[in-house]
Amino acid sequence: MSDQEISLMAHLLRRAGYGASRSEIEAKADQGYDSVVEELLNPGDDPGIDEDLMYRAYPSYFDKAAIETGQTEWVYRMINNKYQLKEKMSLFWHTILCAGDNKVDNARTTAIQIDKFREMGMGNFKDLLMMLSTDPAMLYYLDNIESHKTAVNENYGRELLELFSIGVGKDGEFNYTEDDVKACARAFTGWNLAPTIPVFPYGRTPFEFRFDPADHDYGEKTFLGETGNWDGGDIVDIICKQPATARFVSRKLYDFFVADEPPVPAWRLSEPRDMDAIRSLEKAYFDSGYEITAMLKVLFNSDFFKDEGVHFAKVKSPADVVIGTMRMVGDHLEPKPGLFFVAMEPKYMGLDLMNPPTVEGWHMGREWINSGSLIDRINFASSMLGNTELPGVRLMINRLMDLGESPSSEQFLDGCLDLLGPMDLADETRSQLTNHLDSGGALKHGTEAEQGEFARRTGETLQMIATTSEFQFG
Amino acid sequence: MVSTVKEPVLAVMSLSGGNDGMNTIIPYNNPRYRDYRPALGIPEDQIIPITDQLGLHPSMAPLKKYWDEGRLAIIQGIGYPNGSLSHFRSMDIWATCEPDELGLTGWLGSVIQDVDPKGENVLTGVNFGRGLPRSLAKEGVAVASVGDLGSYGLLTEIGAEAQRTEALDLFGRMYAPAIGQGAVDDYIRRTGIEALKGADILTTAPGIYKSEVEYANSAMGSYLRDMAQVHNADFGTRVLFTTAPYNIFDTHANQAVGHSNLLQDVASNIDSFMTDIRQLGKSDNLTLFFYSEFGRRAMDNGSGTDHGTGGVAFVIGDHVRGGLYGEYPSLEPEKLEDGGNLQWNVDFRSAYTTLLDRWMGLDAKAIVGGNYEALNFI
Repeated sequence: MSDQEISLMAHLLRRAGYGASRSEIEAKADQGYDSVVEELLNPGDDPGIDEDLMYRAYPSYFDKAAIETGQTEWVYRMINNKYQLKEKMSLFWHTILCAGDNKVDNARTTAIQIDKFREMGMGNFKDLLMMLSTDPAMLYYLDNIESHKTAVNENYGRELLELFSIGVGKDGEFNYTEDDVKACARAFTGWNLAPTIPVFPYGRTPFEFRFDPADHDYGEKTFLGETGNWDGGDIVDIICKQPATARFVSRKLYDFFVADEPPVPAWRLSEPRDMDAIRSLEKAYFDSGYEITAMLKVLFNSDFFKDEGVHFAKVKSPADVVIGTMRMVGDHLEPKPGLFFVAMEPKYMGLDLMNPPTVEGWHMGREWINSGSLIDRINFASSMLGNTELPGVRLMINRLMDLGESPSSEQFLDGCLDLLGPMDLADETRSQLTNHLDSGGALKHGTEAEQGEFARRTGETLQMIATTSEFQFG
Repeated sequence: MVSTVKEPVLAVMSLSGGNDGMNTIIPYNNPRYRDYRPALGIPEDQIIPITDQLGLHPSMAPLKKYWDEGRLAIIQGIGYPNGSLSHFRSMDIWATCEPDELGLTGWLGSVIQDVDPKGENVLTGVNFGRGLPRSLAKEGVAVASVGDLGSYGLLTEIGAEAQRTEALDLFGRMYAPAIGQGAVDDYIRRTGIEALKGADILTTAPGIYKSEVEYANSAMGSYLRDMAQVHNADFGTRVLFTTAPYNIFDTHANQAVGHSNLLQDVASNIDSFMTDIRQLGKSDNLTLFFYSEFGRRAMDNGSGTDHGTGGVAFVIGDHVRGGLYGEYPSLEPEKLEDGGNLQWNVDFRSAYTTLLDRWMGLDAKAIVGGNYEALNFI
């Protein structure tokens, strides 16, 4: 197994999931890249975790009386789902088709939307938009429940076009007009909720979708140049066949899995970073009849994804920082107390799961980083990797002892970087760390006392690597 | 007239989501108001009159005393040409003063740079809340973003003081060189150094602050309390910014209760903030501006209001000349734009120009992108 194969597999597992332990990376590299991609693309219906075990251990996850419970369950799934791409797609869609529980105020309803993203996220984009348009959390979040035949509320109709499918513009042109927004909103009148059950005395129950024909505008509408008695389903059909929609989905996938793109409102005026890559994804979108898995297959097998130039070129999202670190240190791989505190970390870093700052979702890439969030990212990752009690860190200590009786500072640092990535450091960063290691004397582990000191210094080195600028990229 | 206050401080709060101006400053004597607001009209006996035509929403009561003192300026009909009904676009326009193309430089980012061109103080601009709002974004400008002042700092998990000092020292050396690994890496290294410096200084603020003033237990309350603490500490901070989170003023539905609670949260916390800095003796050099990216449609939709254009903004401070600025937009049907939006008559860049020229003593023209007539509220 070459270093290059290990690096490529680590890249795939970081992007198509939340990373993996070193031994898992090695096992998968052994299995072969193509075969692992096929496995990621075909998870089937299995939830990927033992749900019985989870709900027995954490009964409160079932009712989700508070959004924090929903966030904690999601983090448990992110850490443990053996179908990592399927799990990551639930976050992918949430960052685009987002509803916020700060408004919905019914954590179970909000979390059910995420469950649907997990189940359908690798399926057909048309099915996904239909699901979204009948999803109670979304209908409530964007006020479609207040949109009536006689008093149209444009909120959902507008955001469906602006943020969820077509985007404002591409190649310098606008993709739709204000009249299209109005027609779209009219087509979704009557797409509503069944009467909700009062909260008292038994607590919140999930909302349910109900179509109200008496409140639907059956009149003629002109939408994107097509005229007819359109309802929401027709609108979704028309949306899906737009080249702008193919561009939107392709650019979103590229942004999430390959390299950072600017936020959607900039897309009318800013060209994609790699137009050939986008074209190949657009082609897969149309050739497959809007199948997301077909697009992902092109993406993960492409040279633009495998290219070493894009390894570690994306700023890690808070989920990548938190879940990636947890999978590296091997903690919370089964139910145990304390997960709540881990699950709140993405929020402190700017990713409040199921509570996007606005319906536009989060600005990603370098916008994840500011002096406040950088402090949280560094503090979290360094405290985990510096904890020599954690099983993943213990394994790293043992592997580092295999380097020899008394490895040099350079060898030791290389060993640490290999286990954390494999990743590289800039020469200046590296020399600061080797100087620091040199000042601590020889790295021996012969006697029990030396082993204790070796473990402490391993923890310290991993901790300091976790503070570096380089560690912010994934 | 430029203010003669030394080291003037500009505090800005964005009420994100599009605040309903018409139900904030209410034209209670205009019969059209009742026509347009069958579901959301505020009962006349609850409105707090400030003139014989206009009144405050009852939840704005805590701010009435600033009006009576002549320290609350209300800018009516504020907006800009061809108002965008998209939150994000409109917020970006207010943030960047670029209505026609996509701007990436925030107006307050430029203010920070003008005030501190060499970036000598990492705390010249401080944001309260998570993330970096676009108003403060500018290439090369450091902004500390404080989610919670009480627990701010790097490598706080290292308990032993000597060990933590050593680790922070190593951290500083690793982040120091700009090593040309690309713009994003440079940005992260710069942010790391700024975070390190900023945290050292900021964490001293709560110890300096002695106050009995209470703030409401809400995000806005804690951001404004943290803001008062940082302002009180005299770190040389000249721009303070915060945002009401979650686009929360986007009241398309159930507005009657929701909007009332929001205004209550804003008004009571701003009152706490002003009372606090006055008691601390730190109100003389601070002016607070609060605004929203657009107003809402004149007619309610039965339960809420949809996105509109012309809105309302406010300025409070000891050097503010209180009163009404701009004109209340006409409610006559033929004067409404696009089937129901209030027409703007004051460009928001006029308000910015006033704050920059007359309060901060800066050249507003370059920052807001043109000549806009200043208002007389300073």
